[in-house]
This record gives sequence, structure tokens and C-alpha cells, in this order.
Amino acid sequence: MEKRVTFKGIWLPLLLVLPQILITAIFFFYPAGQAIWQSLFIPDPFGLSMQWVGLGNFEYLLSDRYYRASFVTTAIFSILVTVVSMGVALYLAILADRLIKGSGTYRTLLIWPYAVAPAVAGVLWLFMFNTRVGVVTWYLGLLGYDWNHVLNEGEAMGLVVVASAWGRISYNFLFFLAGLQAIPRSVIEAAAIDGAHFWTRFRTIVWPLLSPTTFFLLVVNIIYAFFETFGVIHTITSGGPQQATTILVYKVYSDGFVGQDLGSSAAQSVILLVIVSLLTVIQFKYIERRVHY
Amino acid sequence: MKHTISILAASAVLASSQAAMAQTEIEFWHAFTGRLGELVAEQVETFNNSQSDYTVVATHKGNYSETLNAGIAAFRAGEQPDILMVFEVGTATMMAAKGAIKPVYEVMGDGFDQSKYIGSVKGYYTSPDGDMLSLPFNSSTPVLWVNRDKLEEAGIDPDTDLSTWEQVGSVLDQLKDAGVDCPMTTAWQSWVHLENFSAYHDVPFATKSNGFDGTDTELAFNSPAQVAHISAMGEWAQDGKFIYAGRRNEGGANFRAGECALFTESSAGYAGINAEAEFDFEVRPLPYWEAVASEPQNTIIGGASLWVMEGQSEEEYQGVAAFLDFLSSPEIQAKWHQDTGYLPITSEAGELTRSQGFYDANPGTDIAVIQMTAKEPTANSKGLRLGSFDQIRGIIDEELEAVWAGDKDAQAALDSAVERGNALLRRFEQASR
Repeated sequence: MEKRVTFKGIWLPLLLVLPQILITAIFFFYPAGQAIWQSLFIPDPFGLSMQWVGLGNFEYLLSDRYYRASFVTTAIFSILVTVVSMGVALYLAILADRLIKGSGTYRTLLIWPYAVAPAVAGVLWLFMFNTRVGVVTWYLGLLGYDWNHVLNEGEAMGLVVVASAWGRISYNFLFFLAGLQAIPRSVIEAAAIDGAHFWTRFRTIVWPLLSPTTFFLLVVNIIYAFFETFGVIHTITSGGPQQATTILVYKVYSDGFVGQDLGSSAAQSVILLVIVSLLTVIQFKYIERRVHY
Repeated sequence: MKHTISILAASAVLASSQAAMAQTEIEFWHAFTGRLGELVAEQVETFNNSQSDYTVVATHKGNYSETLNAGIAAFRAGEQPDILMVFEVGTATMMAAKGAIKPVYEVMGDGFDQSKYIGSVKGYYTSPDGDMLSLPFNSSTPVLWVNRDKLEEAGIDPDTDLSTWEQVGSVLDQLKDAGVDCPMTTAWQSWVHLENFSAYHDVPFATKSNGFDGTDTELAFNSPAQVAHISAMGEWAQDGKFIYAGRRNEGGANFRAGECALFTESSAGYAGINAEAEFDFEVRPLPYWEAVASEPQNTIIGGASLWVMEGQSEEEYQGVAAFLDFLSSPEIQAKWHQDTGYLPITSEAGELTRSQGFYDANPGTDIAVIQMTAKEPTANSKGLRLGSFDQIRGIIDEELEAVWAGDKDAQAALDSAVERGNALLRRFEQASR
């Protein structure tokens, strides 16, 4: 039976949701509307004049093969960041869940990296992998591997993926651990008594019961990879070498704040908005069906 | 009696309000931190103590790009400072913003003697009529830094002639044969090896006098001279004779650590190299290709200039003029030049530095000045005035990386950079129409 609270009249409920609506309107709808409006113009940087170009900015962008290539780069980058950060976090959460002694310490230590700002994390990783003075580069050199992410595209991509996923592992770890601890021990113990080994128990009980957490993390991690990895890319590669790590959101920054081309930048924001909305709709429509609440 | 007191009181109020009004505040946004930030603060303090009419308030607003963005955002909000520091590649953006800036020659008024400023320094910031639109603040130019110890270790005479790229090429061969890991590296590849290369060999970087004659300019750095140079550099990169360290001045760390024998970098690298290098180093003029030009033209500058923003009161502009005049004075300029390694902006400051014996005590510090001023600038060597140029440099960086990695040949990379850069120039032309 569903529990439902009913209000008399419309004013009280409206008043109660008003703060949320206002916040959404001011901090989401207004800027999004501005971006859509600006994407139809080529303005000069100082706001002295604006020229109406209609969909000209979108035509300009989509006819640029470097912009189209950036979609592929973004897809590869987002998938790698999501898989790496969720995979490692799940593994660590399973280990921490089985701990009996000192689990609090482990948990706290594993959560620490989340407190490091992305740009700072970027600098830390950059130092370790610096082609001349980096510690890791030096050890790789001893092993006979010549690390050079400044010119090697694959290495550059690997480095920004690891640096972006690193801080995110803590966040995912927290949710996975909470999800694991919410699974009733009795169910797992019953399965164990029936002779199910760890892997069987994980596949048939833990994974399905963990699916709401996994699904939630999938959505937020993809959004993270799309929007919040800017600082890491900016500090480590600036989108290079060539265009190997220029993801869509980095190009928004580069066109808007390096090129002062606000029209193109706004149009790209609109395109990103559409992509993320589509992704979220797809995730809720198709993947959520497989989630057991 | 009562009357007198009230008059006295009234005049006291008047006097105090005059005193308050007398200190007109001049806002100055800059991009300097560390030692340079301290030196700017020192200049401002000296100015503030030298007179009682104006107070300059200097504020650090982040790096060059961030300072420009802060200035733009502030202008849009009607809160712009009086003086904004803008790096040289932002010059076209500022010039195009007709209603946002007040040209320096207008601010300075009738008695402004523009001829005392060094032509190749101010040239970057003048209108087609030769009027100064902004005041050059910190200017430097690329030179060749040499690690003499490294040459000697490799059995090369450290005094060997390195004035042409042909000679540098054979020295690189010898260094490589002697087992040196980093024969040569560079900072700011586009600035040194394309922008300055073009000016130095008197070939156009872009049409319309490198953009000085209009925003309908097109990039032209894919001509045979530049292709030959980038092609040679690409071969050196493939052979391990030229080591690419990054888009900015990452290579400086390698040179200062003593790993690299040769290093093409700004003359303003002096302070850092002098402080850190534990080897015998030397400044040489930037090399040129004898096959391209019989002798070099001048190099062009990098750095920043001060722009005066529109929309302030008359008193504030008088204060701005007084401050800019103070910055241009020989004593202040000579001190700045000697402290920082940046070029002096007036010839008087250069002469003062010479007469103070600074060049004799610090050999090589005048190479940059000589290299800039030996010849009267031509249409190809006055500077660059291209919109979205910070971003075009990014494109050039990407394409050059393709050459260093061996993915593209020099012609294909430069053709592609020109084509992509032109698309941005057309956007800029449209935006500033």
C-alpha cells in the first residue's frame, strides 16, 4: 500500500516547493537560457556589439572536423574514467567490507583523495610523470621504458584518465561500501551454507542487490567525466599532444576564455547540454530496467 | 564670534574634503607574482610616495589570460580598472574593442613625445599611423642560451660560431655523436620558431603586414622559408638532437639543470638561469638561416603592455598619464631592465644602463637589446596583430607536435595550421565588425 500525503488547495504545496523551483530557475534555467540565446550570436568579447547568426555557430562547429573528432575523444575518455574509477572502487569496497579489524582507518584513508581539488591532483600526477624530473618516469626509465606523454598521444590519454579517476575512486568507494553493508548478512550466510562460493554469491546476490548504487554511480561518473575533469586536463596536457586529450568541455573553455569567442563557446555548451540530457534519458530508460530496487 | 566659528568649521570641512578628493585612486590590474610582483609593488610605492595627488592601487588578477578575462568581465559589469595589463597576443583583441579602451597617446595629451620609445618595442602596440595605443611594460625577445660546459665536455670549442642555423646544425651533430642526451631544447615554440623566425628573416607571418593593416588578414607562415626551418627542426627531433619538452617554458627546467647544451628562450629567462645554473652559460643572438637571408632582420617582442580603459573621470586619466610617464622615466626603466632582464622601453633607459656599467658587469645582457634595435623594423618585423592569437598559438602547438612526433611533414603541418588559424581569424573579423 502506498503512503500518500494530500494537501488541500494549491498554495501551501506551491509555497513548499518554491525554494527549490527558484534555485533551479536562477542557477539552472537562467544560465542555460542565456547560453542558448548567446549561441545564436557572434558577440565581441567586451559586449560592445552582437551579430545575429542564427544557427551559424552550430554550422561552423559541426563542419569543423577537429570538433567532431573531439566527440570521439570525449567518449573514450568518459568510458575509461568511469570504468577505471568504478572498477577500482568496487574492488576496494569489497575488500574493506570483509575487514574485521581497523576498517575505520582503511575507510578514512581511502576517502582522503576525494578532498584533493582536481587541478591539484593534476599537478601531483604531472610531477610524478614529468618527462624529465618525474619519479615514475625515472623508474620506468630504469625498466627501459621511455615515458613521454608530451608527444605520445596514448600515454597522455592514460595519464589524464588515471589522474581524473583517482580522486573519484574515493567517492565511488563510499557509495559501494554503503551499498555492500546494506546487503543483509543473513542472505549471504544462507547462500554460503548452501555451498555457494564467493564468486557465485557475488554474481547472484551482491551484484543484483548493489545495482541501484552502481546505476547511480554510472550516471554521476559519466557527468563527472564530461564536466568536472577540466582542471586535470588543463594542468596536465592542455588538450595535447596534438588534440589527443581535447574533450568537449575543454574546448568550451579554450574557445570562450582563450579565444574570447563567446558565440562558439555558448553553442558548444548547448551541444553538451543536449548530449548529457540524452545520455541521462537513455540511462534511465534502458539501463534502469535492469536495476533491482 | 559665532559666525567666525561656523566659517572656520565650513572651511575645515571644505579643506578636508579637498584633501580626500586630492588623492584620486588609480586602479591597476596586473599579472605578476613572485619577484616580478614585488618589483611592480615597489614601482607603485615609489610613484605614490613621489607625489600626493594620486594613489595607484595595484592588484594581481592571475596569469595573463586570467587578467585579460577579469578586465573583460569587469568592463561588461561597468567596473573596469583604469589600467589593465594585457599580454602581447591580446593586442588585436584590445584594439578591436574601440569603445572599451582609450589610446595611450590620447591619455598622455599633446606634450607626449613618442619618439623616445624604442621603435621595435613600441611598434607592436602602435596604430597604422604610428600612434601608441598602449604602453609597453615588460618586453623580451628570444635569444640562444648556451651551456658552455656541455660544449666543452663534448669536445667542442665553447666559443664556436653559432650565429647561423647551419652552424648550429653541425654542432648538434657533434653533440649527438658525443652522446649528449639533450643537444637542444626550446621554450615557446610558436613564438621563437615561427613568429620570431619570420620577422628575423623578413618573411611575412600573415598578410596585410602581419595584420597591422586590417582584420581581413590571412596567415602566411607556410611559405618555403618557415617550412625549411620546421622541417630541419623535425629532423633534429627525430634524431634526438632537438628535445621537445612542452608548449610553454618547460624546457627551461632541463636547461637550468644542465642537461641541455643549447636552449632557445626569452631574454627574460636571465633571472632564472642566473640564479639556478651551476655551469658556465652564455647568451648568443638567435641564429638565422644563411640560405634564407644574408643577414638577420630584427626579432620581435613578447610580454605585455598597459591599456587604459574607457569610462573613467578626467582626474583619473590625468593620474594615469602621470603614472605612465613615471614608468617611462629613464631611472625607473633602467632599474626594471636590470632587475628583470626585460628590455628597456626607451633608448634613454638603455643608455643609462650602459653608463652605469651594467652590461660590462653582466656580459650578454645587451644581446637582446642589440638584436631588437640593430635594424629599423619592416612590415614583416614590426610585430603581429592577429585576433584570437592565443588560440591560434594553441593550433600551431598542436601541429608542431605532429611534426616533432614524426606524424606529419612540415609542409602538411604548417598548411593545416594556416587553414585552421584562418578560420579563427574570420570569426574574429566577423565579431569585431
